[in-house]
Amino acid sequence: MNWTWFHRFGSPPYFYRVAGKMIPWFAWLAAITAVAGLVGGLGLAPADYQQGEGYRIIFVHVPAAVLSTMAYSVMAVAAGVGLIWRMNVAHAVAASCAAVGAWFTLVALATGSLWGRPMWGTYWAWDPRLTSELVLLFLYLGYMGLRGAIDDTARADRASAVLALVGVINLPIIHYSVDWWNSLHQGHTVLKFGKASMPPSMLVPLLLMMLAFSFYFAAILLVRARGEVLRRERNARWISEAIGA
Amino acid sequence: MSNATPTAVSSARAGWLLVQRDLRLGLRRPGEWLQPLVFFLVVTTLFPLATDPQMSRLRDIAPGALWVAALLSSLLALELLFREDGQDGSLEQLAVSGLPLSWLLLAKTCVHWLMTGLPLVLAAPLVATALGAPYAAIPGILAALLLGSVALSLIGAVGAGLTLGLRRGGVLLALLVLPLAVPVLIFGARATALAIALEPMAAPMYLLGAIVVLSATLAPLAAAAAVRISLE
Amino acid sequence: MMHWLNMGGYWMFVWPSYVLTFLAVVLNVYLARRSLQVAKTEARRRAQAQGSGS
Repeated sequence: MNWTWFHRFGSPPYFYRVAGKMIPWFAWLAAITAVAGLVGGLGLAPADYQQGEGYRIIFVHVPAAVLSTMAYSVMAVAAGVGLIWRMNVAHAVAASCAAVGAWFTLVALATGSLWGRPMWGTYWAWDPRLTSELVLLFLYLGYMGLRGAIDDTARADRASAVLALVGVINLPIIHYSVDWWNSLHQGHTVLKFGKASMPPSMLVPLLLMMLAFSFYFAAILLVRARGEVLRRERNARWISEAIGA
Repeated sequence: MSNATPTAVSSARAGWLLVQRDLRLGLRRPGEWLQPLVFFLVVTTLFPLATDPQMSRLRDIAPGALWVAALLSSLLALELLFREDGQDGSLEQLAVSGLPLSWLLLAKTCVHWLMTGLPLVLAAPLVATALGAPYAAIPGILAALLLGSVALSLIGAVGAGLTLGLRRGGVLLALLVLPLAVPVLIFGARATALAIALEPMAAPMYLLGAIVVLSATLAPLAAAAAVRISLE
Repeated sequence: MMHWLNMGGYWMFVWPSYVLTFLAVVLNVYLARRSLQVAKTEARRRAQAQGSGS
């Protein structure tokens, strides 16, 4: 296994340059898959036999929820790398995840609630997925709160990295406990979308939208991470060349 | 001989010494350590006042009231965990002592639980009875709170380490710790509800036990990392 | 077209979901670009200050 790519990405100037080149690619991929997914989801996919047209919220709700958990995992992995190898670029990536993740957690909550109104007759039910998503939002807010409370960037990076790692270990436990709790109080509200029961005409647009959101996340993440790298490398000589000052 | 300092102690001995020191210090200031207990009693008193004092109704909210109050009061107590030692520099001494910091922090957390968690557990029968729980439910409630409060102290130690020395630490500490405590709350309240209904409570107790084991192994490591970062 | 916009009577829930998601997507693009822009301006200012100082 060749690890030079890993070390090269750890070098801020290299990361800054390569990230800048990768952003348009991710953005275009996101746009193309999103258009395909939207055409498939809003146009070609048939109405659900139980939920009619209302189920089409799935094409934004599920990708947003996937993005929100993916952002937390990326944040934790980057935080771990930053903590272990003392890699500033990794910390910059971790710092960039939280805000995007928190926004899309909010989107998942809002769209889930909009979906709930026609399906459950209420905007909010203590559905296990919505509840886990809500706890995830609190985890993000805690992470951002800790970062905001520490002035020194290096210390903020390392402290929030510990929190992200603790959080990522807790996340599956929280998911499990919330599922368990919900099963006791007989969730008639649970939305069931088994993978097997979903016809390809619905599944393909859903997967396309999930891909689109992932590419979108990658693009946004790199934009933010470039900014964070600049903030962390303030006095380095490469910066004046990179920004052309 | 040259590489060992004359006063070198084993980790086990150091832990024991730390337990003795913290206990002695704590017993000297009972007011500070009893405040979380008083808080617990006051909060649980508020529930009947805010809802319906009929015993049959109270019995339904008793598990929730007990656990939310226990969670909040353990949160309140967390500020005492590292604050004093952080301010007077003894925590720094522990960090540079060469002994495993996670082990020392585990010892500190144990004392902290003895002084703030255990009183809460011991007061629980009183509170539970006042909230309409039958006497037969008391052992179950005690067992659930015993496990739960240990887990809360361990998880809280990480948050206390992270917010050590921060100006607006209090609210932030709550924001950090409460989401992480959700599983403890769910399993603990469920075990208590089963105990009050006089039904077998093995399932949530096993899960609670698993959380205690997991947090006892991982939380001290995370807390040690957090304290080291905060002391930098 | 109207039939499609009506979403089988669910338009009140489907379209707000899509609009909301779209707004969040745009907002995050804006926030990310602004954050990078601020960092660049700051770095440029710093570089000039250093250049004139030495």
